[in-house]
Amino acid sequence: MADDAIRCDACPVLCYIKPGRTGSCDRYGNHDGKLVRLDPHVVLDRTVESGKAVVPFLERSRDWDGTLVSHGETFVTAIGAGTTYPDYKPAPFIISSQVEGVDMVTVVTEGIFSYCGVKVKIDTDRHLGAECSTVRAQGEAVGHVTTSEYGSQMLSLGGVRHLTGGSRREGTATCDALLSLCNGKAVELEIDEGAKVVVQAGKPPIVDGVQEQRMRVGCGSATIGMFARQWFGKVDEVVVVDDHITGVLSEHQAGKLLGVPETGIRLKGRRSTPGRYFQVAEPGTSWGGTNIDDPLAILGKFNAKKAWGGMRLLMVSTTGEQHAYFELDDDLRPVEKELPQNLRESVARIRENCEPALCTVLFMGGAGGSLRAGVTENPVRLTRSVRDALTRVTCGGVPVYVWPGGGITFMVDVVRMPHNAFGYVPTPALVAPIEFTLKLSDYAALGGHVAEIRPLSSVATDGRQRILARGDAGRSGK
Amino acid sequence: MNPRVQIRFLPDQRRLHLHDGPIDLIVEAFGQATEVESAYRAACTRFETLLDELCSELLFLRRPCSPDGEWPRGAVARRMTAAVMPYASEYFITPMAAVAGAVAEEILAAMLAVGQLARAYVNDGGDIALHLAPGEKFVIGMVERPDRPSLFGTAILQFSDPVRGIATSGWRGRSFSLGIADAVTVLADRAAVADAAATMIANTVDLPGHPSIVRVAACELAPDCDLGDRLVTQAIGVLSRAEVSQALHAGAMTAERMRKIGLIRAAALNLRGETRIVGSIGESMPSVIERGLVHA
Repeated sequence: MADDAIRCDACPVLCYIKPGRTGSCDRYGNHDGKLVRLDPHVVLDRTVESGKAVVPFLERSRDWDGTLVSHGETFVTAIGAGTTYPDYKPAPFIISSQVEGVDMVTVVTEGIFSYCGVKVKIDTDRHLGAECSTVRAQGEAVGHVTTSEYGSQMLSLGGVRHLTGGSRREGTATCDALLSLCNGKAVELEIDEGAKVVVQAGKPPIVDGVQEQRMRVGCGSATIGMFARQWFGKVDEVVVVDDHITGVLSEHQAGKLLGVPETGIRLKGRRSTPGRYFQVAEPGTSWGGTNIDDPLAILGKFNAKKAWGGMRLLMVSTTGEQHAYFELDDDLRPVEKELPQNLRESVARIRENCEPALCTVLFMGGAGGSLRAGVTENPVRLTRSVRDALTRVTCGGVPVYVWPGGGITFMVDVVRMPHNAFGYVPTPALVAPIEFTLKLSDYAALGGHVAEIRPLSSVATDGRQRILARGDAGRSGK
Repeated sequence: MNPRVQIRFLPDQRRLHLHDGPIDLIVEAFGQATEVESAYRAACTRFETLLDELCSELLFLRRPCSPDGEWPRGAVARRMTAAVMPYASEYFITPMAAVAGAVAEEILAAMLAVGQLARAYVNDGGDIALHLAPGEKFVIGMVERPDRPSLFGTAILQFSDPVRGIATSGWRGRSFSLGIADAVTVLADRAAVADAAATMIANTVDLPGHPSIVRVAACELAPDCDLGDRLVTQAIGVLSRAEVSQALHAGAMTAERMRKIGLIRAAALNLRGETRIVGSIGESMPSVIERGLVHA
């Protein structure tokens, strides 16, 4: 059989299963060419999180009869509740869930996050790509570069247009990228006319093969403001090279206040306010997020009326990673010299004040539709209840930020969530856990399905679930 | 003894869970304890060999039926074939369209052969075979989100109703669908019949050629699928209200035709939060019409 399909021999149906899909039982799937059993339901146990042992865990690891356990401080998450693998209809779970006054239920559809994506913050000043540039994974468009933030480049990935609005390949590549990012795996992204960047939540970005170390201490102007006093008297001029705002000590307000004399320095680019220059070079992945490797490239000729032979000039990037020290010769040409010891400290200080560069991934999804209908017969009341903070929304047990305005559009930091909390359906769309927690009285007030509430004690207790502390899943021995 | 089979009581100690390969059954019987016990024993005994019997004729069961064609040997396989036969001359259908309902029926029949039961049901992944003695009734709930078992509708079945089978089909379900229905729930006299009908109705809730419906050849997804290279629904983009209406209307016409000739008693068709009801059974499905949107 072609296409890496594998034959499952778990039962006499002997399904041929293609990669990423499951057999007819939905219990066994082909995961990267291997036959794997699906995950059981995940339960976040706060007691475990705080270091105490409680509920028995997967006594017999193979057979999940679909029951959940809950007692003590156990918080039932939605992970694995609805689905764990493509098109998974968790027959044993739902069918065994008996609802008050009802003998049985019949189920077929599955709630999914059709509207979802991730916002990626990449702590680097290096130019990854122009705003609105297409971001690609596996060669397919999966998102775009969005407004950069202080010290960080931002990507917006996923969303319906890429998931289901384009070609099948585009949708699959987008879903793959989102799923990997949300589950804490590394993904290589390529930006049109920009950089190749490897992104992994909670890890430094790797830009064009080079791992980013530090986030800039501030823009060039801010750096001057922070360190002017430490430079004063040790050097005549400092230029902090930054793609956003390059700072010049002698012209900057901070230098003026200290009485730093004019140096006759001339910068390329566009002067914003005194000592602050925009666009000294093109964006790039070198000095301060510009494209220059030679810092002198951003300087014009020194003004002979103001400059003097022997003048000392420090040029440094916003992370302190690049620096160079010059002294003017008698023709007022900068000559590179070794960095004096007393300036070495200030450069080290810039580095020291930089935070480690990280990639952060926020999952963003809309829970404004049927999710609500599952909670209450009057869905808008759930939305209002969330707004009024009567209902707490969590994603895999982690608090979320609910975007103001209509609907329940929320963001959550994926690194705080249990490992592999996300799944997908071949729609393609992401499957994410979401929980609504509220007081029983509030639930009744908003028109909830009160008759269908199951007491935790009625849910099974034979340890057929997985208990995870947050961010601790690697140890659960899957 | 079939080593794959798992048989256990659910934690309530009342409902039996039978599992083998892709089959999961929840079984519950009501009546005198001794009768219930013998019925459960019969269910287990019958279940042991059921999957192997089916698989011995699997290749045949995956082939389309034709009215003058051969019949399979196994009892379940024959139930399946009988259930899809009404459609065989006009449409593509294989006996697999009725497998879940036929399995449920077979197990229920085995139970009723040995025990006097007041009520009983065999629920095979949402396809359900029922038994009611005079004066008894069942309350059936319908949900669309398995992880949050809240109901979008209920149906009350009395002894006097002819319905003894319930099935649900949809494109996001366990089996592939040629249509775009989120869920089509069918009430019929027998589970296998309901199963086949739900599949057929769900197939016709459709907008042929619509650009935002992503369809993939079934064999691309599951190489040994009975649907071969027929295009099955894998994603649906934006649909206008009018389009939703149009698709539901097409399915409702099919359901209505089936109802008129007595194949089914009632059906509830769901797409994008819109519901169409065909037929009615007593108090069945009153609240479905009020339901909210389907998508997250």
